[in-house]
This record gives sequence, structure tokens and C-alpha cells, in this order.
Amino acid sequence: MKYISEFRNPELARRAAAEIAALTDGPVRIMEICGGHTYVIFKHGLTEILPPEITFIHGPGCPVCVTPLERVDLAIEMAREKNVILATFADMIRVPGSRSSLQQEQARGADVRMVYSSLDALEIARRHPEREVVFFAIGFETTAPTNAMAVLLAREQGLKNFSIFSNHVTVPPAVRAILDSPDVTLDAFIGPGHVSLVTGSHIYDFVAKEYGRPVVVAGFEPLDILQSIAMILRQRKEGRAEVETQYRRAVTWEGNRKAQAAIGTVLESCDMRWRGLGVIPGSGLGLRKAFSDYDAMARLGMAEPPSLSDPKACQCGDILRGAKKPADCKVFGTACTPETPIGACMVSSEGACAAHYHFGRHRREAV
Amino acid sequence: MNPATRPAVRRPKSKEILLAHGSGGRDMHQLVEGLIVPQLYNPLLAVLDDQAIVEIQGVRLAFTTDSFVVDPLFFPGGDIGQLAVNGTVNDLAMGGARPLYLSLSLILEEGFALADLDRVLKSVRAAADASGVQIVTGDTKVVHRNSADKLFINTSGVGLVADGVHITAAAAKPGDRVILSGTLADHGMAVLSCREGFTFSSPILSDTAGLWPLVQAMLEAAPGAVHALRDPTRGGLATTLNEIAARSAVGIRLQERAIPVQEPVLSACELLGLDPLYVANEGKLVAIVAPEAADAIVEAVRRQPLGRDAGIVGTVVAGPPGQVILETAVGGSRIVDMLSGDPLPRIC
Repeated sequence: MKYISEFRNPELARRAAAEIAALTDGPVRIMEICGGHTYVIFKHGLTEILPPEITFIHGPGCPVCVTPLERVDLAIEMAREKNVILATFADMIRVPGSRSSLQQEQARGADVRMVYSSLDALEIARRHPEREVVFFAIGFETTAPTNAMAVLLAREQGLKNFSIFSNHVTVPPAVRAILDSPDVTLDAFIGPGHVSLVTGSHIYDFVAKEYGRPVVVAGFEPLDILQSIAMILRQRKEGRAEVETQYRRAVTWEGNRKAQAAIGTVLESCDMRWRGLGVIPGSGLGLRKAFSDYDAMARLGMAEPPSLSDPKACQCGDILRGAKKPADCKVFGTACTPETPIGACMVSSEGACAAHYHFGRHRREAV
Repeated sequence: MNPATRPAVRRPKSKEILLAHGSGGRDMHQLVEGLIVPQLYNPLLAVLDDQAIVEIQGVRLAFTTDSFVVDPLFFPGGDIGQLAVNGTVNDLAMGGARPLYLSLSLILEEGFALADLDRVLKSVRAAADASGVQIVTGDTKVVHRNSADKLFINTSGVGLVADGVHITAAAAKPGDRVILSGTLADHGMAVLSCREGFTFSSPILSDTAGLWPLVQAMLEAAPGAVHALRDPTRGGLATTLNEIAARSAVGIRLQERAIPVQEPVLSACELLGLDPLYVANEGKLVAIVAPEAADAIVEAVRRQPLGRDAGIVGTVVAGPPGQVILETAVGGSRIVDMLSGDPLPRIC
């Protein structure tokens, strides 16, 4: 596989940066929706090779970050249940709830397992028929198909001890909520390539048509992002606002129908609260009634928890909407660090504050 | 931490030991420097190098210990037996000491296959022979099934430090060059891919190896020019360089393009969301050397079979003290922080 070094080629990057500089004729505020893109921008120090007129606004696309506190608490409660094995992604094990974290519960004896996919959790259920295996599911349209598939496989194989605690969220309603909020001034969006791998690029059509903002769906290497910025600038120069796909090696307009069908069979749209953004109507994905046997909340008899708000000092809500920058927050880097995060944006490496803290503290200018 | 004064006890926030406390990263540092060193304080311990250098009747001995809990016991390119010998041999070598004698303690789980133990012991023997050390003492304990996982090994070792050799993580100076002896992340990704059942077109092998020949070659090439040595194990190169930068109160600037990572290892890292800078190595060293001797040292290392990919990957700068900055391949820069959290428990 040569897909990595080619997309980090210094000479090509220099050329792309020069093209961007030539296309830049004034300030442009671009929101990279996805935390994965935020991470890449910081990890490769991309802002340093771009003209100062280009500002990245870091969007809400970090599923670990936007999972509300009360739902982390509920997962902890599930892990504490006798006989439960709770499986989830590594980042979720470290995320603090309001009083504890899964890693602390693990140290106290809870059976918490790190997995790379819900299919690994399904395998644990197969090997431990006497235990109740709960997959703490988070993520956007990217992880939803695999998780839906895990439920379908569990049913097909007659596994009675596997369930999912669904915290899935979807990108378009969040983008709309951000565009509708009064204090945001965004000129264009970079869309996450892996979401569109599943959904297709068409999901952003409303951003171009209703809000008149260009969207470019991008891959995750530095050159992908540079090329996407050039595409955005070209649209602006030509007075266009369209949805374009830079990540053509993987993404189509329609997306992956099979994956969409799996989601549609198992999951349905629901209202969901986002950490930092509040309740966004129709932005979640919950298990359909027909699959309630695989719904961890139903199986363990747990009710929807009351919402908990972040500490007052935390400005994650403003940062997630692009109204403020990490450095504007009073607790950034002092009380709030990756080891002891206070707010959503500091909890995962893909959060704007964590990326800024880990990779960008040496730069004085606000990011 | 100033070794001459006893630090105050600063207990970690968590009430229990977490896996992250064994990561080699920030949490482990907080445990070691906040609790263990203050409780057991003496000036030799507080130096916090990979080994203690003690002087006995005019002879300078390096002394160190290390425990091995890797899962699985056998992985592509090595096993727990080789790791247990090489790990301690390398901790001695990083003090500029010729490794001489090792102890070996086995903690065995009831029911562990004797054939596997035999296989591990053969590896121990081979690795000891390869590094020219002898296992001269040991201990054997057996615990109930489920009280330990198959086999844990502890080794301790002593080595001899030649006159004129003074190597410590606190000795990096502005202008010094950073030499890396070869590709990053091989061991961690070998263990992890084997644990997760990944297969790649070309298998990833652990780099476990005794590093004394490399150190010897460096010391012969430019005696006195080697200021600091570390083997970047848990926490990876990033954490090791952060330790050196902090102890020496200097900054370090790295060039991403100069840091070699094998393509399959890089692919595996990308797949699992890991940064090669943070993944464990078991047969690599990083050396901080005087600038005028850097080229000669690199040349000497490259002549060794273990050092063929060696090169200069960075420079020590005056400041900001404690900060490691990476100049990225695409022309930007970023901070390289110490590992935080623990992505890979039981890697060695």
C-alpha cells in the first residue's frame, strides 16, 4: 500500500500550497466538519503552509466529544451491572463521566473490553454465552453500518446475549444547526470522506442549495485537504456554491447502498442531545422497535438519563459551532487538559481543544 | 526533578491503579515521580535514567531491573524470553555500560505448558549468548491459575562503565544532534497485529535485539561525544525525547522526513489510529551526540547490522525547555507531546 507516503509528498504539498496562495484574495473561514480532519490539520501543521487569510473552524465531527456526559454515565452504569461485558472503542474507555470513567470502573473490577469494531464485540458474545455483552456504540454514519450489521448477524446466528447501546449521530442535522445559529460566519465546508463513503456526497446538497456555501468532501491525508481547499477557493472565485468530491478514490454521489440499507433496516432517526450543541432534532440513530431485543437500554431496563451540562467554565459549545477558538477558553490548558478534560473538545484526540493542545501549543497565533 | 533533593509526594488523582499507569507515558511518570521516588528517595534513584550508576571501590557499575508481561508470549520476530534479556541488556547499554550478568525470575501460572517454558528458556539462552551476558542467579514462583497470566519474567542486570563514559538523559546540550538507529514502531505493531489477528502482505517482525554492539561502536568512534542514550520502548520515541528534553532543560526539533518507518508498519499504524512516534521499539536507540562527531557516529552505527538505517533525525535547541517540535514532511510543524493514556497495554 503506497497510499500514505504519496499523499504526504513534500514537493506536491508545496505546489498545492502555492496554488492555494494564488487563489486566495481575502479572508475565508472554512469549517472542517470532521474531527479526523482537525487531527490531520494539526498533526501535519497545515496552517503554517497556508496563507493567513484561511481560517479553519473546527466542527463538531468528533463522536467521542459530542457524546453527552449522561450517556457516558449510563454506559458506566451498564458496565457495573453484574454479568455484563461492556465493549467499546479505546477513546470511550478514557472519557470521564460526571463521577467516574470506564477505565476507573475497569480498575474496580468491571469487565470493560477495548475493541476496534462491533464485530469484535459480537465475537466476545459468541465466546461467552453465559455473559451479557453490551457494545457501547458511538459514531457517525461511518460506524453505523457495521453496528447495524452486528445486530443483523446476532439475529441470524441466534445470539441472545448481545446488545448495543446506540449513541449514533448523523452529520447533516448538525451542519444545519450550525448554519442556523446566529453567531456563526462560515464561508465553506470540508466534508468528511468516510461519512460520504457510506452516505454519498449528496447529503450536503442543502448546504449548497439552501445556504449557498460550497462543500468539498475530502480524504484524510494532508494533500487531500490542501486540494480540497483549492477546490473551495476555485468555487468562490467562479461564484459557485456546489458539493464537490475531492476524495474520488473512495466516494460517490450516492454512496454505498448496501451500507445504507443495513442502517435503514436496524436503525431509525431520533432526536439526540449533543455535548456542547444541545438537542438536535432527528440527529440520532436509535434501534428500531423490531430490534429492541438488541437494545442494551431495553435489555438492562435502563431509562433515558436526564441531561447533564458541562461545567460553566467550559466553552465547548461555542467552540463546536466555530464561534470561539480553543485559546479563547479560560480553562484551556490550565484546568482542562487531555489528562483531566473538563469539556467535550478535550476528551478525544480528534477534539479541537485536544488537537490544539497536543500539536499546536507552540504556535502563538490563535487557531 | 533535581536528584539532589527529595521531591514532595504528589499522589495521582485516581484512587486505583489504572492500565495507563503502566503506559510509559504521562500517567506513569506521575506515579513514579509523584509517589514512588518520593517514598523511596535517594539521590541515585532520583536520577531516573534507565539504570543506576553506582561506584564501588573505584569501579562504576550500572545496575537495572525490568519486568516482562507481554501478551502473547510468542510474537512475530521474538518472544518474552528474548525481550527479558534484551530489555535489561539495553537498559545497561543506555548507560554506556558493557552488560555482564543478569538475574532471571519466573512467575508461572499453574497449568502453564512446560514445553512453552522450555521454548522461552532456549530463547533466553540464545539472547544472553548473543549479547555476551550470563544469567547467574534466578528465582521461580508458581501462582494459582488466574492469579497471573501464563508467565511473567523479571530480569535484573549489572554492567561495567568504562572510565571517561558519562551518559545521562540530563546531558543533552543545544546544538547536539539526535541520532536514531533505525525504523520506528516495529515491535509494538508486531505484537499488536498478532494480537488483533491482522495479516499484512509482508509480516511485521519485532525488532527485539541487544544494543550493546551499537553503543560500543559509538563510544569507539567518538569517545566523550555521546551525551545521552535511550532505547525508545513503551511510549515510543516521542516520550523518550520528551524525557530527555525535560531532564536536560532543552528543546528538540525533529525532521519527520528523516525518521524511517517501514511501509507495512506505517499502514498498520494508520489502520489502528496509532502514531509511530508513540509505538514501542525493542531494538532501537536514540543518541544525543556532540555535533562535530555526529557524522562519524552515524557512520560507525551504520556499519553494524542493527544500525543500517541509522541517521540524524533532529537537533537539540536551547528552548523552549522540555518541548519537542516536529517539522512535518509537508512543511508545517507541531508539538510532539509525551504519551498520554495507554493505547497498548502489555506490549513488553
